[in-house]
Amino acid sequence: MSKLRKSPPGPLEYLRRWQMQAWLFAVAVFLYAPLLALMAFSFNDSRRNIVWKGFTLKYYDKAFHDSSLIEAFANSLTIAALCTVFSVALGAMVALALWRFRFPGKTVLDGALALPIVVPEICMGVAMLVFFAKVLPWPVGLPWPLNLGAITIAHVSFSFPFVAVVVRARMASFNREMEEAARDLGAGEWRTIWDVILPHMAPALVAGALLAFTLSLDDFVITFFTSGPDTVTFPVKVYSMVRFSVTPEVNAASTILIVLTVLLTAVALKMQGDPAGVAGGHGDKP
Amino acid sequence: MEQSWKQAKAVFATALGPPLVWLVLFFLVPLAIVWAYSFGHNDGLTQIAITGTFKNYARAIEPLYLKIFLKSAGVAALTTGLCLVIGFPVALAITFASQKAKAWLLLLIMLPFWTNLLIRTYALIAVLRDEGYINKGLEAVWTLAGKVLPLAPFQPIPMMHTNFAVIVGLVYVHLPFMVLPLYSALDRLDKSLLEASLDLGAGHMRTLFKVVVPLALPGIASGILITFIPALGAYLTPDLLGGPDSQMIANVIERQFKRANDWPFGAALSFLLMYLTFVAIAVQALLGRKKGVRA
Repeated sequence: MSKLRKSPPGPLEYLRRWQMQAWLFAVAVFLYAPLLALMAFSFNDSRRNIVWKGFTLKYYDKAFHDSSLIEAFANSLTIAALCTVFSVALGAMVALALWRFRFPGKTVLDGALALPIVVPEICMGVAMLVFFAKVLPWPVGLPWPLNLGAITIAHVSFSFPFVAVVVRARMASFNREMEEAARDLGAGEWRTIWDVILPHMAPALVAGALLAFTLSLDDFVITFFTSGPDTVTFPVKVYSMVRFSVTPEVNAASTILIVLTVLLTAVALKMQGDPAGVAGGHGDKP
Repeated sequence: MEQSWKQAKAVFATALGPPLVWLVLFFLVPLAIVWAYSFGHNDGLTQIAITGTFKNYARAIEPLYLKIFLKSAGVAALTTGLCLVIGFPVALAITFASQKAKAWLLLLIMLPFWTNLLIRTYALIAVLRDEGYINKGLEAVWTLAGKVLPLAPFQPIPMMHTNFAVIVGLVYVHLPFMVLPLYSALDRLDKSLLEASLDLGAGHMRTLFKVVVPLALPGIASGILITFIPALGAYLTPDLLGGPDSQMIANVIERQFKRANDWPFGAALSFLLMYLTFVAIAVQALLGRKKGVRA
């Protein structure tokens, strides 16, 4: 033992114990190996997708020339964009009302707003199916993007309560004296909201927007029950491809979506500055 | 102080009106219709007569469907348990990591969480199927060993379309749901209590079970709830990874609404699933209140 040894791990430095490192490594392999394999094999020059046969981009080429896949991807992005706009507006409004006002039925509204977050996806999916089949049959053959209306409405319904959660968490740190000061200085109700409250809300609006966008882009179950033959989204399309077999085209298409998600997450982290803050979007951190 | 709504009626109405209308029209009304259908029966091919019958609920608790409910709850419970066992050390390691390592480890857990559920499930298919990475890897080892030992030809281990695959898939998907709340509970612990316990001669395991777990109990409970609820209603994982005998309740509901075209019965099943979810939330809230701490 000639080498200078590092100090032994302190009692609470669990991360420096080898058992813990081995455990973390195993969990990381469990979480990432399937995804990395999926991405790697999208470049594999073999249909059977198991043994490495050499590098190719032909499946990306195929995916980019598959018009139904492109259409599904465009549909998904359009729905996600529309859903984000509506969800941020509605979520911010309801959060403002709940934060600012006392009114009868507030507790009921609070509970009802939590429902879309806790209700199992399948239940919400069938509810949307029934609604758009019996109450509000969405006309077929509307021009784009109106044909995506039913899916967009369903997505907004489950996204905007999440935005409201994020915005309310942010508003908890608002100093109400600022508002009083604005009022004292002669600003009206609307002016106060626009010039004092909204700027404070802004980071939560960005976080909420990213959350709504990802939730919408990710959703399969609820979309599955609201989409028709001419309104296929990316996950629904991949689902129908996966049902048949494991093919490199699906790998290529999935890799594109994974990269897009990672980029979005990176943007979200940059804006938040703290990964824990993004987790807060799912309601587990104040 | 919060303002009374009467003091600024115009602002109040503008802020609350649209979200309230949206929530009622595009969420509560659809749910109410499903609820109403659950007391009806098929009248012809497309008509549903709401007659106030409890027949659908009676059918839902017949042994066939009761078994699927129990099995779904069992699978969800097993998934939650595995996530807790796998996730707890991870949450512990994140809690006591340096600031920089903490950020990276959280990202490590969260990135798959943000990746599309369908893609993650698809990635697992490529791992688990007969020609998947595990079986091909085993085959390679087997053939290599076969050069020295007389071995029978390699038989792939069937993993796809089994309950095993469903459990693996559910744990894979829900692990972050468990780790994040556990972490946020452990992070709030007073670390000096742990040091005191270790100083006074308790081992790590004893400190863990006598100090850390009791203090972090509300967080553990909310982790369990956050994992159990989506696992109970899982549709995609059993659909893609499971076989005919690993159908969970969500798959049965889907079948009633699509192939079987028995909406009233599907409606009853989906409301039963929803009630189960509410029961789980209520139990957790009651337990939290008894401990005097909120999760």
